[in-house]
Amino acid sequence: MGDFLDFILTAGFWAATLRMATPLIFGTIGELVCERSGVLNLGIEGIMTAGSMAGWMWVYQGGDLWGGVLFAAFVGALFGLLHSLFTVYLGLSQHVTGLGITMLASSLSYFVFRMMLPNVTTPPKIVPFESYAVPVLSELPVVGEALFVQSPLTWLALVLVFVVGYVLFRTPLGLAIRMVGENPMAAEAQGLNVHLVRSGAVIFGSALMAVGGTFLTLSAFDAFYIGMTNGRGWICIALVVFASWRPGKALFGALLFAVFDALQMRVQQQASSAIPYQFYLMAPYVLSIVALIIMSRRAAYPKALLVPFRRGER
Amino acid sequence: MLHLKDNAVSQKTVLSLNNISKYFGPLLANDAINLSLAEGEVLALLGENGAGKTTLMNILFGHYVADAGTVTAFDEELPPGKPRAAIDAGVGMVHQHFTLAENLTVLENITLGTEPLWGVRQYQSRALAKLNQLSTEFGLEVNPRALVRDLSVGEMQRVEILKALYRDARILIMDEPTAVLTPPEVDSLFATLRQLIKSGLAVIFISHKLGEVMAISDRVAVLRSGKVVLEAETQATSREALAEAMVGRKIPEPKRVPQDAGEALLSLDQVTVLGAHHKRLLDRASLTLHAGEIVGIAGVSGNGQAQLADLLSGLQTLAEGHMTLRDHGELKPNPAHMVKQGIGRIVEDRNGLGLIGDMTITENLASENYKSREFSRLGFLRFNALQRYARELIEAFDVRCPGISAQVRKLSGGNMQKLVLARVLSKEPMVILAHQPTWGLDVGATAYVHEQLLAARQRGAGILLISEDLDELLELSDRIQVIYHGQLSESLDPDNISLQELGLLMSGQQRSDSQAA
Repeated sequence: MGDFLDFILTAGFWAATLRMATPLIFGTIGELVCERSGVLNLGIEGIMTAGSMAGWMWVYQGGDLWGGVLFAAFVGALFGLLHSLFTVYLGLSQHVTGLGITMLASSLSYFVFRMMLPNVTTPPKIVPFESYAVPVLSELPVVGEALFVQSPLTWLALVLVFVVGYVLFRTPLGLAIRMVGENPMAAEAQGLNVHLVRSGAVIFGSALMAVGGTFLTLSAFDAFYIGMTNGRGWICIALVVFASWRPGKALFGALLFAVFDALQMRVQQQASSAIPYQFYLMAPYVLSIVALIIMSRRAAYPKALLVPFRRGER
Repeated sequence: MLHLKDNAVSQKTVLSLNNISKYFGPLLANDAINLSLAEGEVLALLGENGAGKTTLMNILFGHYVADAGTVTAFDEELPPGKPRAAIDAGVGMVHQHFTLAENLTVLENITLGTEPLWGVRQYQSRALAKLNQLSTEFGLEVNPRALVRDLSVGEMQRVEILKALYRDARILIMDEPTAVLTPPEVDSLFATLRQLIKSGLAVIFISHKLGEVMAISDRVAVLRSGKVVLEAETQATSREALAEAMVGRKIPEPKRVPQDAGEALLSLDQVTVLGAHHKRLLDRASLTLHAGEIVGIAGVSGNGQAQLADLLSGLQTLAEGHMTLRDHGELKPNPAHMVKQGIGRIVEDRNGLGLIGDMTITENLASENYKSREFSRLGFLRFNALQRYARELIEAFDVRCPGISAQVRKLSGGNMQKLVLARVLSKEPMVILAHQPTWGLDVGATAYVHEQLLAARQRGAGILLISEDLDELLELSDRIQVIYHGQLSESLDPDNISLQELGLLMSGQQRSDSQAA
């Protein structure tokens, strides 16, 4: 038990938690924006993969790191545009379209990667983001190293939570997004262009997902692997429900999952072989499911989630 | 109710519809319609369901694009298909099905779209001040911070009106505004309307209730099959003339012939139903239904009618008390059991509970007895028998439909209700539950339903009629019991009670000289 407390209290543990939470925060906030406007985006898993590939490839080809982030966001936005063309303008099934986008985006990423680098055996590396230490605060004992020495993308993610929260609940734009997700007919009756607001939200949300993906290749690791998104997109979808579509709670959920994940890695390293290591691998998912069940019992879905809006129909 | 005629209606035309035509596929919903509206005037637009009223208003407001014709507001032509342009020109619309987002606050619903989309904040205090001023001026009390889902239907409608006024609407379109309101709410709506007209607004009032049209409008236009068939000053016409113009023929008024009630068929004895937090939704309610009588249940929606109906449908369990059927003893809370015991159920929500919209007419008609020997053998459906049965029923009950394989959701409300009646009444049940049987139906269909219910009474069935339409209750019922907070009053004689007295009882006040029928 003493060991357990020891590493819970180490700076490294909390630093790892924030690192692992970063792609989840981006993805969850992105999905949340989509769903608030009434569009489920199951393309998230593929869009994150595409983002991680695109950002990495940009840097590998000699571009700079922030350029890579922007390029990843651009690629994500393109897939968001595709998703919104099908689900918003044509009113097709959001489930089927989303899964299609995931398959397309993942496969396309692997394909482009192989095509551009046909002869490599070990994945080539780039120089990733360096941690940014906040002056003064990072000098604090334990807390400083844990919380204030982080990748700039992690900072961006944290700032994003507050910005998106503010926009959604304090500005006319946010009201419009929530309204088209609750009752598009009401939004139209107030003179709003429902299709435009929805597709805008989907494109923006998808760009965020891709940035979450590229965190993996530009900050957490320094290379692109096949299968490296590893279900993080699906976790984000669960986290949105867990968060009852609120950005603040989404941040909390992402951190909670990351805590379990970081814990799992530590315990795996230290524990005796009495318990198979797969058990620890499973733990964060099981705990997430439990938390999800407890938290989402009162979840209030955006009323028009999954409902396409076609003008001139009732 | 006051006439508005004494208000001087100016001759200044604020709105005109010129030769509007609209097709839905092969169906001509609007056929070259011309209408105009003057400042300070109430124009009633009258017509049966499907006559094209709502379509016309949706074109005017820009929800639909007309196939021909133009809309002119304040001497400027509105671009087609742009609600924003209509709003900016001063047109406000109160939709029949409220266009409100339930999980947002009243204020958010009202201010949406009034501020630049890319503003960095919302100016709530300014909006609140304007809202307060409008509320007090026109008697539209509502808490701006409340979530819309917590409001009553009457309050939601006030929000809809405020939405239009907040945008400085000069022309207000109200699509069947009274369909969902209780009598006191209708009175307060009319009071508000009078205020609005005094301040110079012009109103288009869509309805199929003749009494209201006569009371509130200056001028009336009747639509039938997409055409304007009558346009007149309200004072120069009559209810009868309007009704005939709406339907295109004379409507026989079903009359209840006095007849003696027979033996007791169904009795509820001190029945209690509990809801969440042990709330008594039905509270020791007692009722006896005899053969050959119609017992009306009057009450403001939400006082236990739904539970009473669910009890008879077999969807609700009792906490206390007994529900017994003659010769069969205690009834079990099981829908199939109720059907087997010969209870005919006409439920309130025909789209949700009564029918399955995506399935065919045949399947819906058979849905209560598809397992019977007549319609299935060895686990297989007997299609020929089913189809013969369906054909007989749509013939007998005059259901207008493309065929027995048509999907039910494509039928009009009136024809859906005929389908429910066909399924229920063809089995000649002895006990019939009729919950809001004419809700949302037009004059012709309503008369048909009344006729059928009276015919069932004639052959000796006992009918429990739960309705919020007081005229209907007074016309059809042999006895009326008022339901308030889950409690049933004693029986009242519909011939010896006025609308006002009934209204008071419905709001929980006791009658001073209580007289049992």
